[in-house]
Amino acid sequence: MKGAAKTLQNDGAMRPILAPLLSPSMKSLAGRIGWTIVSVGLFVGIWEGLWYFGISDPKLLPPPHIFIANIPDQAKFFNTASRWEMGVKPGSGPTPLQAMIYTMLATLIRVIVGLVIAAALAISVGVMVRYYKLFENLTLPTITLLAPISPVAWLPVALFIFGIGNGPAIFMVVVALFFSMVLATIAHIDNVNRNFINVARTMGCTKWQTYTRVIIPAILPGLLMLMRMNLFGAWMAVLIAEATGVGYGLGQIIMLARNTFNPGLVFFTIGLIGIMAYLCDLALRMMQKKILYWIPENKAVLNGLK
Amino acid sequence: MASSNDTSLAVSCRNVGMVWAEGTPRAHEALCGIDLDVKPGEFVTLLGPSGCGKSTLLYLIAGLETATGGTLTAFGKKVTDPSPERSLIFQETSLFPWLSVWQNVTFGLWVNGRKARERREVAADALQRVGLYHAIDKRPDELSGGMRQRVAVARALAMRPKVLLMDEPFAALDVQTRAKMQDFLIDVWKDSSASILFVTHHIDEAVALSDRVAVFTARPGRIKTIVPVDLPRPRDLFSPEAEALRRHLTELLRDEVDRAFAEQEMMSAA
Repeated sequence: MKGAAKTLQNDGAMRPILAPLLSPSMKSLAGRIGWTIVSVGLFVGIWEGLWYFGISDPKLLPPPHIFIANIPDQAKFFNTASRWEMGVKPGSGPTPLQAMIYTMLATLIRVIVGLVIAAALAISVGVMVRYYKLFENLTLPTITLLAPISPVAWLPVALFIFGIGNGPAIFMVVVALFFSMVLATIAHIDNVNRNFINVARTMGCTKWQTYTRVIIPAILPGLLMLMRMNLFGAWMAVLIAEATGVGYGLGQIIMLARNTFNPGLVFFTIGLIGIMAYLCDLALRMMQKKILYWIPENKAVLNGLK
Repeated sequence: MASSNDTSLAVSCRNVGMVWAEGTPRAHEALCGIDLDVKPGEFVTLLGPSGCGKSTLLYLIAGLETATGGTLTAFGKKVTDPSPERSLIFQETSLFPWLSVWQNVTFGLWVNGRKARERREVAADALQRVGLYHAIDKRPDELSGGMRQRVAVARALAMRPKVLLMDEPFAALDVQTRAKMQDFLIDVWKDSSASILFVTHHIDEAVALSDRVAVFTARPGRIKTIVPVDLPRPRDLFSPEAEALRRHLTELLRDEVDRAFAEQEMMSAA
């Protein structure tokens, strides 16, 4: 806490210089980016230190400056992608850098599509479970039964049904998230403030109106949080699918690195995944802020604790 | 007493009883043999120790719960469902945080499919009556606790209720705000012609507001006695008459509070 207070003072001292250049929101963004760099820098610094003092073996745990140093060198491995699937004519294949970007985009799109399908399905099913008692009786026992099953167990199913391509990867993401998201949606509905529902009833809402005008808005904050939590789950599931030969994708690069004993490539790919997942989370957070205009920021209170 | 389907009575309870979780091992009797009539435009306070079932009675009258015994009518009609005619105002804030103040106030009209322009006019009028016209475009979390409760009152008023049911609406407010809110409520009550059923465990509040005070016993809740408050309005709460009434109500309540405590101790000892 002391360190933070000190930075605040420093910030104050710098204000006269920065004030004309940056608006307050820009400044807070700059501060956040600054801290992200410091946080990652600290982690990388320790790693580099271990290498520098000869504690870690660079063959097994190559430090970041080695595996990031030569991006084109790493990028050439990404060319294992089935280029014809990207709609590129044979002979005019992508450069290593293009291949890297295609691979990243392929994985990213699978994550996003999978997450959106899983959320849309799970929220609809969750709401329907509470809306129709018969639907609950028919589906909830099965959903609860399937919820704890690891996505790995679904992998053969994904391959049986969808073969090779985007299908099994997206299926894996959906199946990994769907069941627990349904249960979470139901829990959110059950936790809606009773007074809200009683007000709706007093004001003459039909069941449909109570759901659309009160329950759904009331659970929206929880649902968006649920999306964020499950975004990371989606990233995990997609790598499992890709690792088993979906065609191309970051998961396959990791498998390739494993089979060719290339720890540098593993860490390079992990770095790429980390950055992309972080950007996804950032996007979801911004969406959350836009949609949930009525939620006050509580973080300030926690930061005020001494 | 008048018969239970008397259309001239705003609310009429005959031998109303309520058992929670009836038929299960957790069953407990909250209310028993309640007889209470409320005339149109009358202000009746339900006074009693915590957990005596006063709020339960309000929920029954609101139609949010169904009584397990007796008959309950409003203007001669049996209460079966909630209705905007019998609006319940809750202890805690119950405004929807995702709607602005005016949208909250006219939520009931929105449900009825009324146009936005008309709703905004109704909201402006209702908010004027609770002295919050300036907050029409604010969001609930920008308001203080007292202001939020006034918006909740405005929301009830916008539906032109015949009975306002208030469940310790000012309990969460500080003493000064509460005194202000009581004055405000009397003003609103006077020009709305609605009956008010007001739950509280504050004797001062009961004396300041009501035409009659129904004193409840501890569990199961019964009406011990109904005390008329024949003090002229606006009330001088420091007059000897008011003082005597407070003393009387305090004595009536003390036995019940003692009993409730003794019961709780027995239960925790068991």
